[in-house]
Amino acid sequence: MSTAETTTGGAASPLARIARRLGGGRDNSFGLLAILIALCVVLSFVSPYFLTATNLLNIGRGIAIVGIVAVGETIVIIAGGFDLSVGSVMAASGMIAGFLVTHGAPLPAAFAAALAVGIVVGFLNGAIISYARINPLIATLATLAIIRGLGYVISGGRELVISDEAFLTFGVGQFLGVPYIVILLVATFALFAWLMPRTLFGRYAYAIGSSARAAQRAGVPVSWWRIVYYVTCGLLSALAGLVFVARTGNAQPSAALGIELDVITAVILGGTSLTGGRGRLWGTFIGLLLLGVVNNGLILVGVPAFWQQVVKGSILLIAVLYDELRRNRVEEA
Amino acid sequence: MSQPLLDLAGVSKTFGPVTALDRVDMQIGAAEAVGLIGDNGAGKSTLVKILSGLYPPTTGTMLFDGKEVHFGSPFEARAAGIEMIYQDLALCGDLDVAANVFLGRERKKRYGPIRLLDRAAMREDARRVMRELGTDIEPERIVGGLSGGQRQLVAVARALQFQPRLLLLDEPTAALSSEKIRVLMGLIEQLKARGVSILMISHRFTDILHVCDRIVVVRQGRIAGELAPHAQPPDRTMAAMHAMMTGDALGAGA
Repeated sequence: MSTAETTTGGAASPLARIARRLGGGRDNSFGLLAILIALCVVLSFVSPYFLTATNLLNIGRGIAIVGIVAVGETIVIIAGGFDLSVGSVMAASGMIAGFLVTHGAPLPAAFAAALAVGIVVGFLNGAIISYARINPLIATLATLAIIRGLGYVISGGRELVISDEAFLTFGVGQFLGVPYIVILLVATFALFAWLMPRTLFGRYAYAIGSSARAAQRAGVPVSWWRIVYYVTCGLLSALAGLVFVARTGNAQPSAALGIELDVITAVILGGTSLTGGRGRLWGTFIGLLLLGVVNNGLILVGVPAFWQQVVKGSILLIAVLYDELRRNRVEEA
Repeated sequence: MSQPLLDLAGVSKTFGPVTALDRVDMQIGAAEAVGLIGDNGAGKSTLVKILSGLYPPTTGTMLFDGKEVHFGSPFEARAAGIEMIYQDLALCGDLDVAANVFLGRERKKRYGPIRLLDRAAMREDARRVMRELGTDIEPERIVGGLSGGQRQLVAVARALQFQPRLLLLDEPTAALSSEKIRVLMGLIEQLKARGVSILMISHRFTDILHVCDRIVVVRQGRIAGELAPHAQPPDRTMAAMHAMMTGDALGAGA
């Protein structure tokens, strides 16, 4: 029986229905949730520190930046695209905000300028991919290099130390014990997870990722929507760039170097198909939590930091292999 | 025939040095079913693509319902009342049946300034149109998990949902079992009874003989001739069609 069929039966048991809701049905992130819970149980035995509120909030803070970007990346990948330029956008938008704030601009203006950087780069990515028909991997690899390079050129490679109180509060402040940035992370996920099944924005992301040709023939303005998805991803990357500066207290041109590895791992681990058309933000959220817990666990059990990169790469490889297997199974059925 | 629904006069289409269609004149009446046959590359697909708004003609005029039309996109052709069912069906395999039926023309409901998809209404309408087609495929089914025949029904449902005046069918029976073909042919009869005009491309002469009021044969970009399917016994009609397609004199070759 194909995975597609399991979700379509009319009279499923309540448990299966809950599982489908949580896991996004055939994307099977329910299995991932089980792995996450099992890992948490193991870690709570291995380290008494794991289940403390401080540690859990640390995990939350640790995944906030990657998570906000992963929301945008999930949408772009569902729509059949790819965005490697997210880390560069984060650094560039952080630099702009940092520069403006240290030169006396009001904070809202600095934030607006940073977000504008994300929108402009997202627009460029989408326009290049839609109209010049360049492979998204190559197009965004190019903008990754260009934006990162411009960041170094304009800053001269120097980092800026932020002393603006409000900016720093955004990074470290809490509401009822929960860091602002964790609230921002959850709110971003919740907003887009709610929008995806209920709006044209979401519907067309799945349609274009599934078959851009069929969508085009049905009268969907495919190029325009592709640009909208890249702009969304750019905007969320810029927002994450602001969080990065607020947390670390400085804006640097080398910020978030290589962060696309973490972002894409969370997305693919969460069950979004690399070929587009399939995926759920819930899945990405669980994938993100799993990555956060693995990172945290490695530190708690004292694995040297260099090994974390190896583990992350291996998780990505396993997630991609699993995606490939699942796709073949569906196609054979 | 009173005023035809569709009236083509001198329609040509060239692609660089290649002439795909050469001064084609053709009419389709209201509630008339016309079969279009011809060899591969004879110009059938080009003609249908012009009608569905995929390409503009190079020269010639196109009257639809008495008014001259210039379709800039499939969207404009559809707005005028011309629906097309593609041979490859043009469905999104990862979306469910209801989403495919309404793709590009989703129902929405307003909440103040926000417009959200009206998923319940689209599911209900999709279920109703699937029932009309004599099938109970659930609107929540993912299209990628359906059989070829079921997908064909989804493509038909998609075209019918919007009450077209002219339905273009490109090899509609290619993916169907003989039983499903009978269902589809019955459906075409039903549509004719409702006043929908049909232009059908098919390699299956028997399908065309059964449902079409008139058969138009294209060869090398031109209309080679027309036939009335029931004017003579079926084997004679077939022989005449074959002769027009290949350009042989009647009865001259196998």
